[in-house]
Amino acid sequence: MVVGIVGYGAHIPRRRIKVEDIAKVWGADAASYKRGLELFQKSVPALDEDTITLSVEAARNALARSGIDPKDIGAVYVGSESHPYAVKPSGVTVAEAIGATPDCHCADFEFACKAGSEGMFVAYGLVKAGLIKYGMGIGADTSQGAPGDALEYSAAAGAAAFIMGADEERMIATVDETFSFMTDTPDFWRREHQFYPAHGGRFTGEPAYFRTVTGAARGILEKSNLKPEDFKYVVFHQPNGKFPKRAAKILGFSFEQIDVGRLVPWLGNTYSGSSPIGLTAILDVADPGDRILMCSYGSGAGSDAFVFTVRDRVREVRDLAPRTRWLMDENVTYVEYGEYAKMRRKIRLAEK
Amino acid sequence: MPPARSWRAYPQTYRLEAARCSKCGKAFFPPRLVCNKCNGRQFEHFEMKHTGKVVTHTIIRTPSDEFSGQAPFALGIIQMDDGPRLTSQIVDLPFEELRIGMPVRLEFRRISSEGEAGAIHYGHKAVPVRI
Ligand SMILES: [Zn+2]
Repeated sequence: MVVGIVGYGAHIPRRRIKVEDIAKVWGADAASYKRGLELFQKSVPALDEDTITLSVEAARNALARSGIDPKDIGAVYVGSESHPYAVKPSGVTVAEAIGATPDCHCADFEFACKAGSEGMFVAYGLVKAGLIKYGMGIGADTSQGAPGDALEYSAAAGAAAFIMGADEERMIATVDETFSFMTDTPDFWRREHQFYPAHGGRFTGEPAYFRTVTGAARGILEKSNLKPEDFKYVVFHQPNGKFPKRAAKILGFSFEQIDVGRLVPWLGNTYSGSSPIGLTAILDVADPGDRILMCSYGSGAGSDAFVFTVRDRVREVRDLAPRTRWLMDENVTYVEYGEYAKMRRKIRLAEK
Repeated sequence: MPPARSWRAYPQTYRLEAARCSKCGKAFFPPRLVCNKCNGRQFEHFEMKHTGKVVTHTIIRTPSDEFSGQAPFALGIIQMDDGPRLTSQIVDLPFEELRIGMPVRLEFRRISSEGEAGAIHYGHKAVPVRI
């Protein structure tokens, strides 16, 4: 049985803040973020946007492209490190809003930035096993960096949703292979009741991101018997602009292969949404027959890798919902640090 | 808002479910038991398309307690493309860009939350349609 993506959709908040406007407040050098990390601006969620609201909008875009009855969705998985509740699942609200309840399995996933690809992997597995007809995996985050911390220049918001299914006539891209690479690597964490995460500084690069992402990529290439030149597009998790470029270079992929899915310089790091939103931008422009490699990354640490092959149907459905580049580049308004700090609840208000 | 009250309204707040009179076709949001046009009592429930136009708008500067942290905000009456009208906040644009007749789309948003520990209420707000 061939299983793959039968619906996909993204959603990104409209507000953006420029790196200069953050650097100005902290007396930091904007040029070092722009040149050094290739970060120019990031998305900012409004006070009324959170992981659940972004997930619902992405899920509706995926449904619009799939053309399926939401009642046929047997699982809704939301992966995030910013679920609005500590106890009460995000998935049930999303499933209720899209009309998939009550005959539906929901679970929330957490694994730093890898939670979105986990949902995709489990939904894919359940369809493949014949337990459900369709399964939805969502990666969404509205992540926070401590004020003035390096993470504040990249922590952004966005969501991507994918519906996995097995019906040939709806197939947008087949899943040809999967591979996951996991180790205990303490590069980034957040303890219960802490508002901002902590990270291992330079430790986050070499032994964490690069070892894990290249480990997953090499593993799936070997398992599928494919070489870098067999792919038209590659999308890696993108905490900044530099990391995915370097991972590509280490593995022998060209800049052309990663360019379309590398959104972070103008979007920021959307955490669980990062490589999944990159994949939606690729599906928006890919041609039938194109092969795509996706490698997520979550601190702690792990990477889920997928090989997809695009089908003809992508051309019929891609304009049934907003394209990701339009959400990123056209539908945008800019805020300055004051409004941004209010939006991100960084200002302490008087008790009432 | 007590959780039970917000829970009963989920079909409308989460999915914009309206009711269409089986006899004369008039659509109602929220659904009602008797049609005010033909007195029909049979309805089909359906999810409205999420698009409409602003009929009128105002700026709320002194809201009720539930929305006190959000002021000032724009509130509008939206004529939905499927027929019914509803009241909604209009967000993601500066007040001076509000126009009667402007096309909007209803997007899923947080409506209110009961402090830092209480329930979060979700629903829809109008955002400008940009093409
Ligand atoms: Zn009637």
